[in-house]
Amino acid sequence: MTEALNYRSPEMAKRIADKIREVAPKKDTVKFCHVCGTHEWTITHFGVRSFLPENVEVIAGPGCPVCIVPAAEIDEAVQIAQKGIAVTCFGDLLRVPGSSMSLMDAKAEGADVRVVYSMSDAVKMAQTESGKEFVFFAVGFETTAPSTAVEALSKPPKNFSFLVSHRLIPPAMELLLGVGDLNIDGFIAPGHVSVIIGLKPYELFPRVYRMPTVVAGFEPVDVLMSIYMLLKQVKERDAKLENEYSRMVKPEGNPKALDLMDKAFEVIAGNWRGIGRLPASSLQLRQNLAEYDARKKFGVKVEHGKDILLGCECHLVIIGKIKPDKCPMFMKACTPQKPVGACMVSSEGTCRVWAKTFQAQSKR
Amino acid sequence: MCLAIPARVVSVSGDKAQVDFGEKVLREVNVTLVDAKVGEYVLVHAGYAIQKMDQKEALETLSLWNEVLKAGQE
Repeated sequence: MTEALNYRSPEMAKRIADKIREVAPKKDTVKFCHVCGTHEWTITHFGVRSFLPENVEVIAGPGCPVCIVPAAEIDEAVQIAQKGIAVTCFGDLLRVPGSSMSLMDAKAEGADVRVVYSMSDAVKMAQTESGKEFVFFAVGFETTAPSTAVEALSKPPKNFSFLVSHRLIPPAMELLLGVGDLNIDGFIAPGHVSVIIGLKPYELFPRVYRMPTVVAGFEPVDVLMSIYMLLKQVKERDAKLENEYSRMVKPEGNPKALDLMDKAFEVIAGNWRGIGRLPASSLQLRQNLAEYDARKKFGVKVEHGKDILLGCECHLVIIGKIKPDKCPMFMKACTPQKPVGACMVSSEGTCRVWAKTFQAQSKR
Repeated sequence: MCLAIPARVVSVSGDKAQVDFGEKVLREVNVTLVDAKVGEYVLVHAGYAIQKMDQKEALETLSLWNEVLKAGQE
């Protein structure tokens, strides 16, 4: 696609970087925060930070939906798998640590845990093996939740149910603004979450918190452009909501997806690994879909889990308080091959993204 | 995980569509969430199309950027 090629043009990137230097403050440090694992991948993989002046910093917030699933919910999935029920999930989830074991450990002990590319593959498995119970471990932010809603509302097979662990991003962004000494000067809002939710949920950031907010796409040029747009707002002492990713993000989002989400889920408080309990930040299947709620169907409910292992600084990495290389375990006791914390397990975890780039660079 | 990739719709049958991710990498995706027509580009996330791409907007964005970047150089 020619558009994609243009959005990766090094020439364009250089020109935006020049503009960034023009508008960036000369001395004062500015710090922007994104909340998306795919943004961190783009930024690290394409070396976006190397295009920025030293006083312009971009940090990664809680943007990895796998990393923030609390251990208690991994424990629930493990318990279900140990009952002889087939647990299906995206590959990222397999090695995420629970309180005592991951789904991978459960699989090694004989549990039926299967990786799928798409939830529809899991539904097909349930149709083919109609004598066996199947659970899909539904993790993800607003980008992923609509697909769970689609399947939950289209009469799934009787032997199929959902372990819903979806989370909503705006409450986590709001939390970051209350973290002392994080001192964020602007948000790079997540493009593919915004494809679904549109712009409205971000309006409070400029209005209530005077926080410049730009919804951004995922090509390196998109991210650079969003940083330029934020810097311009900072320079003009303005705080508004802008949409850099207008080729995909409509102001109203995807109304059909929002409608199906509303029909399938109610919004409840939820625990986030490394963060704690956030009000109105989690989804659960509505009462009329309770027969598809794996927690109710199999009587599984774990209230508290062991989220952070001794020595692991995941909880600080998740909220952008420290960078991965400031964790004493990074690339020593904790590597992509032998991950300790959730941030090193998922391909979108900040530690994992940094580690992969670090390994690739040291091979050159 | 919020990774989503544009693909061109090749054929539609009910809530399923065959899409081309480029170089004839074809896959069936669920199109319940979008009103996809053959020839259009959709954004696919984990087997579900979540939005249609606005090609006009994509090209306009690029030309707008060029203008923004030109301004100030003069």
